[in-house]
Amino acid sequence: MKRILFTQIQGNSTGYIALLGWLGAFVAAALGAVYFMEHNGHYVTGMNNQIVWGMPHVFAVFLIVAASGALNIASISSVFGRVMYKPLGRLSTLLSLALLAGGLMVLVLDLGRPDRLDVAMMKYNFKSIFAWNIYLYTGFFAVVGVYMWMMMERRMNRYTKIAGTVAFIWRLALTTGTGSIFGFLVARQAYDAAIMAPMFIIMSFSFGLAIFILVLMAVSNGTGRPLGDVLIAKMKNLLGVFVAAVLYFAVVQHLTNLYATEHHGVEAFILSDGGIYTGLFWFGQILIGGLLPLALLYHPTTGKDRMMIALAAAMVVIGGMAQVYVIIIGGQAYPLSIFPGYEVSSSFYDGIVGSYSPSLPEVVLGLGGVATTLLIVAIAIKALPFLPATLADADIDPHYVEPEPEPEPEEADSDDEGEEAAEAA
Amino acid sequence: MTKTDTQSPDRRRFLGNAAALAAGITIAPGVTLYGVAQAKPLDQPVSNSVRWGMLIDSNRCADGCTDCVTACNTENGLQGHGRPATDAQWIRKVNLRDPKTGAKKSLPVLCMHCSEPPCVDVCPTGASFKRDDGIVLVDKHTCIGCRYCMMACPYKARSFVHETLSEQTPQTPRGKGTVESCTLCVHRVDAGGTPACVEACTEKAGRDAMVFGDLNDPASEISKKLAKHVTTRLRADLGLEPGVHYSGI
Repeated sequence: MKRILFTQIQGNSTGYIALLGWLGAFVAAALGAVYFMEHNGHYVTGMNNQIVWGMPHVFAVFLIVAASGALNIASISSVFGRVMYKPLGRLSTLLSLALLAGGLMVLVLDLGRPDRLDVAMMKYNFKSIFAWNIYLYTGFFAVVGVYMWMMMERRMNRYTKIAGTVAFIWRLALTTGTGSIFGFLVARQAYDAAIMAPMFIIMSFSFGLAIFILVLMAVSNGTGRPLGDVLIAKMKNLLGVFVAAVLYFAVVQHLTNLYATEHHGVEAFILSDGGIYTGLFWFGQILIGGLLPLALLYHPTTGKDRMMIALAAAMVVIGGMAQVYVIIIGGQAYPLSIFPGYEVSSSFYDGIVGSYSPSLPEVVLGLGGVATTLLIVAIAIKALPFLPATLADADIDPHYVEPEPEPEPEEADSDDEGEEAAEAA
Repeated sequence: MTKTDTQSPDRRRFLGNAAALAAGITIAPGVTLYGVAQAKPLDQPVSNSVRWGMLIDSNRCADGCTDCVTACNTENGLQGHGRPATDAQWIRKVNLRDPKTGAKKSLPVLCMHCSEPPCVDVCPTGASFKRDDGIVLVDKHTCIGCRYCMMACPYKARSFVHETLSEQTPQTPRGKGTVESCTLCVHRVDAGGTPACVEACTEKAGRDAMVFGDLNDPASEISKKLAKHVTTRLRADLGLEPGVHYSGI
């Protein structure tokens, strides 16, 4: 395997400037939406006293879960020693930090009092999983930041493995914490299950890798950098395994609940009578997010077609959003069981399914989080050498066998300025 | 011989009596108040020798009577904005119907002031807290409005302040963007009174369906009633030890 050349993108094309402009506009719109919501109060959103976490939480939890998953590519090379993934390590750490930043931005700006972030950072109740998460999230920035530095600073390369291992363990803890936000809720029928933590971990593997594949393809296309088929094939196979694992966890989660009579109500709600939530579960989570991507990724024809692989990754993202929506909103919509065995009614919506429709400001805030993530990545790859000049099979695959007519060795694309050669395999 | 030695015994007696009278005037009202109403002096911390609780007799609670709700709203300045999905409700009347027999009940549900409150467990900043006397409150200055407590409460007892507030009552400070719930009228309780809902049920509605008192005091009315009849606590299976008991369900 050849030495890997990492370069910045030049970033003065019209397309790049336009991308920054669009992303900036989305972030600005999100900040406007926050001002609108905070100024008027949350009654202008779709949220209410029944559905207290709405669309911003769906975006935030999805992005935070995906953040830890996006780190997997780096872990595969640093922790598990797969050299072929090594050139992707820097981008993997960058994307994971950017996703976490985007997710946390949405989470914080949806608070009733985002101006009290300092209180959240200084006053802790250590019995709260939320308080643990504040440490896990801020610690993630530090741990992954150090890991990224070890990878990017040649003198520090020898510490990459240890830093990568710490980051890998930390990310497992982080997603355990995120899943436990729901797993620890004893009050609600849809939550209160230990499977939430491992299920969120496997969801993170899948969502994070899908986003990584999409970003990698977009960046390679946009900067004209070669992207080898072998690498794509490896990643799409891995994505397929993760997608199947998410399906498996969904099956176990619902089968376990179906066995216990006390959970039949909430299961019937999600699986058959829940209207939008039932639709999102079967068509969003299972079909678009699970079965169709699996078919696309493993079909002999579509599994070799990059557009189809990209489509499958996009479907995993859409299905993942649907899954998080069903968990968060669907779980709240199902009424609390305060008087088991009775029909219940009140002026406070007892005994009936909570209603929620996302308002425009909430969606704009969520999209602003996505835009923040992409904006960070776009600016960072211009500022520092995160991207390998080439990901052609010949350059990164240790088992590469040259085909008969040898093509010219790939050069760094014209949009790049050669900057740094590092990391011999 | 000093000058004071020349003072007459009468004058000394007068000064002594005057001092005693002054002290009596100063201290007596507090002593009297404390003695009669068992109020905690304001300069002393809350202690766990008291455990405030409530007993709701659903057999006495009338379907359609909302005097407790009205009293709570008035006492705490909870104004509706015509948006029932987001308007705060600290106490609500819940109607029950047994689908098998058709039997009906109506009863108020409020914050249960649990001994092991999940809202307090999950609150990241410690804004949700339980006083030593069992009253669960929200510190309006440290609540960040994350609403995790609302996710965690099994009784749907909490409301989020969804809009700008006006005309707040002095005894019940509220905060836009924060979470709130029944305070058990802590301002009244600390002054030796009873919650507004209980007072309304007894005095206005004349039903006596709600009894408030110290669960730790065997001589209190509530303790005597609890000792006499089997009562129910909502979601007792969760082991949260609610301070609110129900009879008749």
